[in-house]
Amino acid sequence: MIEQQLSLLLVAVPLLAAPVASILPNGRLPWLLALVVSWLCLAMAIWQFIIVLDGHIISYELGGWSPPWGIEYRIDAVNAFVALIVAGIAAVTMPYALRSVEQEIPKKQSSLFYATLLLFLVGLLGIAQTGDVFNLFVFLEISSLSSYVLIGMGRQRRALTAAYQYLIMGTIGATFLLIGIGLLYAETGSLNMVDLHARLENALDNRTVHTAFAFIVIGIGLKLAMFPLHQWLPNAYTYAPSVVTVFLAATATKVAVYVMLRMMFTVFSFSGFVRGTPADEMFLILGTAGIIAASIYAIYQRDAKRLLAFSSVAQVGYMVLGIGFGTALGLTATVVHIFNHALMKGALFMALGAIVYRIGSSQIDKFDGLGRQMPWTFGAIFIGGLSLIGIPGTAGFISKWYLVLAALEQQSWFITATILLGSLLAVVYVWKLVEVLFFRETSKNSKIKEAPLSLLIPMWLLVLANIYFGIDTRLTINAAKAAVQLLGVAP
Amino acid sequence: MKHNLILRVIAKFLIPIIVLFALYVQFHGDYSPGGGFQAGVIFSAAFILYAIVFGLDTAERVVPPRVLQILASIGVLIYAGTGFVTLFLGGNFLDYNVLAEQPVAGQHLGILIIELGVGITVSSVMLLIFFTFAGRNRP
Repeated sequence: MIEQQLSLLLVAVPLLAAPVASILPNGRLPWLLALVVSWLCLAMAIWQFIIVLDGHIISYELGGWSPPWGIEYRIDAVNAFVALIVAGIAAVTMPYALRSVEQEIPKKQSSLFYATLLLFLVGLLGIAQTGDVFNLFVFLEISSLSSYVLIGMGRQRRALTAAYQYLIMGTIGATFLLIGIGLLYAETGSLNMVDLHARLENALDNRTVHTAFAFIVIGIGLKLAMFPLHQWLPNAYTYAPSVVTVFLAATATKVAVYVMLRMMFTVFSFSGFVRGTPADEMFLILGTAGIIAASIYAIYQRDAKRLLAFSSVAQVGYMVLGIGFGTALGLTATVVHIFNHALMKGALFMALGAIVYRIGSSQIDKFDGLGRQMPWTFGAIFIGGLSLIGIPGTAGFISKWYLVLAALEQQSWFITATILLGSLLAVVYVWKLVEVLFFRETSKNSKIKEAPLSLLIPMWLLVLANIYFGIDTRLTINAAKAAVQLLGVAP
Repeated sequence: MKHNLILRVIAKFLIPIIVLFALYVQFHGDYSPGGGFQAGVIFSAAFILYAIVFGLDTAERVVPPRVLQILASIGVLIYAGTGFVTLFLGGNFLDYNVLAEQPVAGQHLGILIIELGVGITVSSVMLLIFFTFAGRNRP
């Protein structure tokens, strides 16, 4: 029975757990529930991924209403891969959360905090699972609303303005997406992705469809922090509690990239429609601009979390580039980078969270010599940084490699140069952290201990994953190739 | 506000009617326009009226915020729980057909139950929002 209901349970179990967590007494109990649920989700996501990896497609009818009338959960290799990333990051983050949250969140809010975190997980998993564009919007709102709350729980009061800024931008993005979906519905009378694709084929010259497309691209662009729509991201990542930053940075924008892929390839068709619009060139231009500009911004930041946040904007640029190429190689690069970037940003933000746990600040000038006092945390930042740059042997190299191949295949030398320049700029900002952490003199009377094990183990799990997936690429590349085939791009 | 006799009498007269109307909207949701969301808002309006006329502290004695928080969760649990019940009865998630012998009766029953959950959550969240904002300037 469980196997048939798997795709649904992946969303319904955390949904059921969230209200339970909110009525549990404050303290460790809500955390324990969240931990168990996130591990269950990971198990289910792995199971689901194994089922669909051989090309099998799971179709689940919610409430017994058959598609296209009812909501359908349609799981193929693309969904399952994204759900696996989200569930995996959640499962690694939850053990990390215990100590970090105990320090950063007032105890009387802890049960509500974990309830919101679970709702955030529900939203992200729901986006990954659903095959219905309106349902997708609903889950996007669930995840966004809970992330506004989570960001607002940061310890500085500026977290509130950051959350408010994200609230405004995120709501505009969601509204645009909704307008776009509404227009599509007006034109075709359907909300099911596969059905929409079939019905849109005859209506692609229609103005309504073009308008809908424009709204959808901008709406999702806001959510995935595509340069120059990224203004909400740096503040949100900087002032959110450490755990939330880890989770948000490793999953939220990735899921938005997935939504963009789905819309471009499953709902509209890339070769039949998107090529004829300015969107694909726009992705290339904004991608390159984003890589350069955001990397330069990152170099000038004084706050380490902010530095990595700008680096995230640059990394989103790489993913957008892959979509812009629209070729099999480009898409492979994007899908692989979704996975790899989740690993490296997860590890890096966890390491910063450990530093914040010990010194209570993420200002770079307070980091002097910390690397020698917290060698394991420093090691995580170092290896995570190497992966961010794209040194061979780390996960970051694989996705950059495929992206460069895609650029060379198109013979666009300028973009190839940009990707390489982006890596060089990454060297600069990663070095900035390394230099302060390791080569500066430690201030005399500071005695800072290494972070506790409950922070180090999840962090190093991700760090080792960075190395592992840099060497053994079977999982990521096979998944990406299956995904690319499903999205209908000839290899 | 405490000495305003007319307001107090009228409010006491109106509140039961508002609650009754809310329950009507709630339990007629499967036949006519209405349902849990609207009913929940109307239901909470009765309590908000009570709080405005008789004071926040009195209202909080009637429904303590902690109880509201639990009720809000229970509403969601009723909704999601219905889904799990249908799973165990052999249907898909929220497939109400399996709830009763006749599929149509099952659909009625399912809608009634989940709308009850929605009603409970909406009314308690409305009240929580009201109490939070109204209680901001309290010492």
